This record gives sequence, structure tokens and C-alpha cells, in this order.
Amino acid sequence: MEGALRDNTIFSSVYDFVLNHVVPDGWDGWEWAAYGIAAMSVIMLVVNSLFALTTWYTYFERRLLGRFQNRIGPNRAGPFGLLQPIADAIKLLTKEDTLPRASDRLIFNVAPVLMLATTFMIVAVIPFGEGSFLADLNIGILYISGVSSMAVIAILMAGWASANKYAMFGSMRAVAALISYEIPVVLSLLSVVILTGSMSLVDIVEGQSLPYLLVLPLAFLVFVVGISAELNRPPFDLAEAESEIIAGYHTEYSGMKFGIFQLAEFANVLLASAIITLIFLQGWRWAILPSHLWFLLKVFGTATLFIWIRATLPRLRIDQVLAFAWKFLLPLGLINVLAAAIEKLVWADPSNSELLLMATINWGVAIVAVAVFATAVNNGRHVPVHTVIAGVPPGVSSAEGVY
Amino acid sequence: MALNTQPVTINIGPHHPSTHGVFRMRVTFDGENIQDMEMVVGYLHRGTEKLAEERQYTQVITLTDRLDYVASMTNNQAFVLSCEQLLHMQVPERGMYLRVIAAELQRIASHLIGIGFFLQDLGAFATPVMYCFRERERILDLFEMLCGARVTVSYMRIGGVFADTPDDFWPAYRRLLDDLPNYIDELDRLLSTNEILLIRTKNVAILDPAQAINGSITGPVLRSTGVAWDLRKANPYDVYDRLKFDVPVGAVGDNYDRFAIRLAEIRQSLRMLQQCAIQIEPGPVRATMEMLFRPPPGEAYVPIESPKGELGFYLVSDGSIAPYRCHVRAPSYINLSLLKEMLVGWKLADMIVTFGSIDINMGEVDR
Amino acid sequence: MTTAVSGQDLADILRQRLPEAVVASDDVAVLVRVDSIVAVCSFLQGNPEQDFKLLNSITSVDYIDHFELVYRITSLDHNASAVLKLRVVGRDEPTVPSVSSVWAGANLQEREVYDLMGIHFSGHPNLKRVFLWEGFQGHPLRRDYLEPPLPYTWPQGG
Repeated sequence: MEGALRDNTIFSSVYDFVLNHVVPDGWDGWEWAAYGIAAMSVIMLVVNSLFALTTWYTYFERRLLGRFQNRIGPNRAGPFGLLQPIADAIKLLTKEDTLPRASDRLIFNVAPVLMLATTFMIVAVIPFGEGSFLADLNIGILYISGVSSMAVIAILMAGWASANKYAMFGSMRAVAALISYEIPVVLSLLSVVILTGSMSLVDIVEGQSLPYLLVLPLAFLVFVVGISAELNRPPFDLAEAESEIIAGYHTEYSGMKFGIFQLAEFANVLLASAIITLIFLQGWRWAILPSHLWFLLKVFGTATLFIWIRATLPRLRIDQVLAFAWKFLLPLGLINVLAAAIEKLVWADPSNSELLLMATINWGVAIVAVAVFATAVNNGRHVPVHTVIAGVPPGVSSAEGVY
Repeated sequence: MALNTQPVTINIGPHHPSTHGVFRMRVTFDGENIQDMEMVVGYLHRGTEKLAEERQYTQVITLTDRLDYVASMTNNQAFVLSCEQLLHMQVPERGMYLRVIAAELQRIASHLIGIGFFLQDLGAFATPVMYCFRERERILDLFEMLCGARVTVSYMRIGGVFADTPDDFWPAYRRLLDDLPNYIDELDRLLSTNEILLIRTKNVAILDPAQAINGSITGPVLRSTGVAWDLRKANPYDVYDRLKFDVPVGAVGDNYDRFAIRLAEIRQSLRMLQQCAIQIEPGPVRATMEMLFRPPPGEAYVPIESPKGELGFYLVSDGSIAPYRCHVRAPSYINLSLLKEMLVGWKLADMIVTFGSIDINMGEVDR
Repeated sequence: MTTAVSGQDLADILRQRLPEAVVASDDVAVLVRVDSIVAVCSFLQGNPEQDFKLLNSITSVDYIDHFELVYRITSLDHNASAVLKLRVVGRDEPTVPSVSSVWAGANLQEREVYDLMGIHFSGHPNLKRVFLWEGFQGHPLRRDYLEPPLPYTWPQGG
């Protein structure tokens, strides 16, 4: 872990600079200070890049949504509207910071901070390119699932502390959905871990000679759908269902606290896209472009998928969301784990051709499983559309002249 | 183990992104299930009926525009038909055809809004709304050619319509009639078999036909329950008796039928518009009459089929230049009679969708 | 074309079943006695020969010396329509029986008449003001309604 950070050029240059030029000669034992300052500078770089990327991701989302909806999207603030996120940030900063009188003040203020904190904690284990990460935990996947569950607490805190019935509705729904979708998500990650043999994200990327999108399609499907629900993205955005309960758990937040919730939500989308890229799309590999750029392109491609789904689909009801998780995704996740485990047993260290064989088997299993469970869960709701076209109503003649 | 829960009463509206205007409901929930609902209206009450008593009949036409502001042509039509019954007046043929053209175009525009916002209430964030508005813009452009206004038109006059069509109207009209069927087919393909739409709206808030008739429900909501009652067929006015069209009727009476029937009605309106374009002949568009007229004492009521239901103006005249009493039989208001019965037993998410499926307009509810 | 059942024909039908109900009739409408409106409406709604299942509208007109209530009803199966009228005398809380037990659609319409014209409906399940707020004084659609001179303060509505 520490070794990797020391290999980082920025870290080492700042470390050397502080140790050699800032600390006066003759002072001993100040390595910890140099280490701290250097680490902070790397972290600042990563965090600020994440912020910047998130804000421009919101701009990208609004433009793309606009194109889906036959309109332009923000194009006024700056050339092509590129300064729109800055305008939004300034607006949010200058707004009044409201606090409902009946609210629990401490929890009200802590909730957005907690939400953003979980985002940052996940950033720590994401590798952005070849050898470029803040920490390579050997339990990376476990750490990510654990930390992302803390976001549930933040949402619950926000809804409760708002002292607003709408907010309580929103947060209750969100909590129910989030904890239901943890399990399918973790199961799909588990199948990847089985095939790789390691929970470290760097190992997963390095170990993919064929992207796991092809080898484990069911895992990809379950993960994408499950993570959409965890992120409160449409069609699972019942926690902030704008048309029903206005804004759900962040109704009472204004100004930058609301901004932090939005930031955390979009940053989570980007992080989820990053995780999908690392786990299913081979991360930064394939050496046409430099690894960081390749990673960025893949992340934005996956994020576009989320935007596309948002523009197209209406929203599900809470009981349908929960039924979907427990009755559809969970069995699929289990089947996936079973298939991955059996394959790992048979081919402990698969070559490329064996991987292709595994991929074919898994695609077959995926299609059959989805078909079987889709019909089983459906309750025969595919009643053909029938609006009867009648002619003239009974007892009425149609040509009697004007009154 | 039974949890000890307490029902909670929430106030939905009047400021709410999805209540189609300023509408307030006080709903009692047990968890997510609706137990009771009380509606509070009147936030847009402007006293239209009282104002009409102080204005000449022609001036009241501008008041009628603003009742159902999404479908003002049909409001005008209902009012001038009642006035003409008071005056026992005949309208020239071309005037009647232009009225029907305007009314059917308005019906398409109003149903497009109904469909778009129904999907917005379901959560399909603005995409269907934008698609529907794209075509509505073309219809509003046609209205602008006809009378200069897009939304509150005041196009119809007692005795006919305001003026004849300009030259560039008919080519634009024909282009619209060529493009719109493909466009409605595209909407149909995108929406009618969408899994999430089906799962959210099928068999939700079913209305029984006998209950609907007893609740004075009219319009697409009544027809979606299976009752084939359309005033354009049952009691034709203007030239509807010369047009061939079908009356779409729903099978179940759930939210899905109320949505699908509007799509089907747009198709029938397109049929009527095609026939009008063929049947219309040149001629005067308005009967001559004096500017300031005093109808003989009496009363009149001619109900029409507006996009929301049966709309009619009950006019009582005492021989003066202004109506003695002008009462609006507002379909949106009366269609809310059974809202509570439709909502109780369903969930919070269904509440907004059911309310949107009735497709009301607050200008008409409150007048 | 919807046949408009004339007042005289409707009066003849009603006189056979409910002889004291009819006061007068003309081409358009039947004038019914106030007390027997519910019986008349139940008969017209329930009897399959008349079958006036749809209540189109309930309107009220203020003719200074009396109020007139106009009920428009339609039979879908026979495609016929009819008009019933009631005359109520007295401006201080005039009361009329409510027909909301016969047609559920009468509920909201009677509330509107009560709110704007001030006619009370006995037996109505929820006779509250609908457009104006509780605490508003007066009934604006009456011909003698005068707005109080400014400045005035109203008790706030709920």
C-alpha cells in the first residue's frame, strides 16, 4: 500500500520537496510531516478532479437529456454552456441556508456530510490508470460495498431530521430500496471475485484477459440494474420522485447542503460507472490510448448509459421495485454465482479459448434464466392492448341534421 | 407480528409539481396506502360566471377562453352554440366546418398535453412531454394563422367564426395531416407497450361503468369504462353528423385505458380533419348580425363534447345585452366527483397517476 | 339526435306515479314541488322506461323573488334528455332536499350551488363551501351580493 503511494510521482516530488527544502536543516524526524503534506496534496488532486468531473458530468447529463427531449440543454453560461456548473455552484452558495424549526439540527447538518464522506472513501480505492491509485486494498470490493451502505444511513438521517412528512416518505422508500438491492449487487460482485480469486480492484483489472462483460453477462446485468437502484437513478428514483413527493429526502435542504446532496449523487453515479468499467470492461487496458484517458472514456461511456435510461423510462412503484429486487434479481444473482463457482472449479486458470467457452455457456445461462424468471414474475401482465373502437352508440342515429 | 402504525394525513398541493395547476388534496395514508382523501379547490376561482353577467355576449367569449385554458377553442364553441340557440340563428356552412376543424385540432392539442403529462406523472422525466409538445407547437402555429393567438384564442363568434382562413393555412394544414399519423404511431410504439407503463397503470383505479354514469362522469373517462356515449354522435352539433368517425371505447376503465383512449381519439380526430378538408366549400364564415344585440328572453343550453367531457353553457336571457345568468357545466369539476372512490385503497404513487389520468384543468374546475 | 322530452310529456308521466309532485310544466321543463324532488329523481333514475341515469348538471338562477334550481338529466340508453326545475322562495337559508343519494355526481354540484348561491341542501353528506373558504360571508352569485367596502379583513380559511 504505502509502497504504491511512494511510487506516485506527485507524492514523491512533494515529499522530497518538503523534506529537502521546507524542513530546515538539522531538524530530524520530520518525515511524518512531509508524508502528511505530500499525501494531502495527492488527495486534494484526486478529490478536486472528482469534483470537477462530477460538475461537468451534470452539464453533460443536462445536454444529453435535452437532446433526447428534442431541445438543446444549457447553452447560455459560457461557450456552449460550459460554465453552467460554475453558475449553479455560485447560485447554491449564495442561497439562504434554511433550517426547519422542528428539525434535529445536528443530524440535519451531518447528513449531507456523511453522504459525501462515503463517496470520498470509495474514491480512495479506485485505480484511475496504470499504477495510479490512492490505495490498493486487498479487500477492495468488500470495502466498497461496506462503505456504500453508509449512504443509506445518510439518507435516513436527512429524511428524519427534516421533520417533513414528504421527506420521511422519501427516505423510508429509499432505505427499503437500497437495502434490498445491496444483495443482488454484492452477489454479482461475488461472481467476479470468484473468477478472479482476489478482491483487490487492481488485480481484477489485471486479471481480465477477456472483459467480464462477455464472460459474466448476468453479473453485468444484475450489477447495472442493481446499482441504478442504489444510486436512486430512474427508473428507481422513487426516493426523489419529483412528481409525487417533490424532492423526497432532500426537500428541506437549500443552498450548498442541497448542493452537496446533488454532488454526492452524481459523484456516486460516476464512481459506479468507474466500478463497472474496472470490473466488467477491463478498466484502463488496451494500449491504444494512455491508460488514464482510456479509463475516462470508458467511465463516461458507462455514465451515458445511465443518462439514456433516465431519459427513456418512467418510474416504478415502491412495491414493484422491491418485488423486482427480491423475486428477479436475487435468483439471477444466485444462479450467476453458482455458474461462476462451477466454472472456476472446472477451469482453475482458464486460457483464452476456455474463457470463450465459459462466456458462451454463461450467455446461454443468462438468456435462459432471464426468460424463465421474467415470465415467472410477470403475473401475465402482458394483456394485449385493447381499446375497442365502437361505431355509433346504441339507440342513436347519426344523421339528423343540425338543431 | 403486527406493527402498531398510525395513519398520517398529508397535504398534497396546492404548490406541487404534479397537480395540473393549483389543486389541493388532504390524503390520509397508512404507510403508502391511501385511506381517505378530501379535495380542496378554489385556488383559481375568478368569478367567471359573475363577470359574465356584466359583459355583452360577445365580450363573454374572451372570458370563456380562460376556462379550460388548454382547450379554448371548444370553450368558445360551447358558448357560441348556446348563444345561437338563444337567438334562433343559423350559421353558414363554411363557418360550421371551420369550427369543427378548430375544435378537432384543439382536441388533438389537449389530448397531447394529457398524454404527455400523464407520463410525466409516471416519472418519465419530460421526454414524452417534449415529444407531445413538438406536435402541439405545429397546431398552435395553425391557430396563430387562424386568429392570431395560440392559447386563448377567442376565434369563434356568435354566428360563425372570426374570419376566413388565410392563404398559407391550408398548405400548413395538409402538411400537418400528412405528418401527424406517423407521429402518433411513433408515440404509440414507444408508449403503449412499455413494460413499466403497463405495470404501473394496468388494473389500477378501475372505474365501474354504472358507478361512472351515476357520478356524472362524461368524456374520455366515461368512455374508458366501456360506455359509448359521445355527444358528437348522440346529439350532433355543427357538422359532426356529416363526418364519419368511430368512438373509441375502453374495456376495463383503469388508468391505462384512460391513457390509450386519448391516443385513439387523436386518430379519430385526424380522420375528421381529413374529411373536413375535403368537404369544406367557399362561402361566408359568419352570419351577419348587429353589433349590440338583445336576445329575446329565454334560456339555452347546448352541450358539446370537449376534450375533457360534456361542456355546456346554460344561458338565461332577460332581453338585455348581457346574459342574466351564465352557468358553465364544467366537465373537469364534475369528473372529480368520484376521485375519492377511485383513489381509496391504492398507493401514494398511484394517486398522482390516477389524478393525471382523469386529465382535468384547474381553470375549468374553479372557473 | 337526443330527444328532448318536453315538459308536458314528462309531467304526464310523473302525474301517473307521483300526482302531487308536479306544479307546472312548459315546453322545456317540469316544475316540481320542492319536497318531492328526491322521489321524482329516484323514480326517473330507477324506472327502466325512463332510465335517466346520467345527471348532467344542477344549476341555480337568482330571479330576485325566488331561486330556481335546474336539473338536467339524460338517459343514455334511450338517448333522451329532460329538465326538472325547482322554485325556492325565501332568501334567508333556503333549503332543498339533496339528490346526492340518487346520483353521486350531485355531491360536488350541490356544494357549488350552496357556496355561490346560498341554497342549503338537506341530507347532503358534506355541505361545505368549495370555491370560497370557510368563513367567507355572503354568496357572490346572488343578484343582491355586494362586496363589503374596503378595507375589510376576513377570517382566514382552512
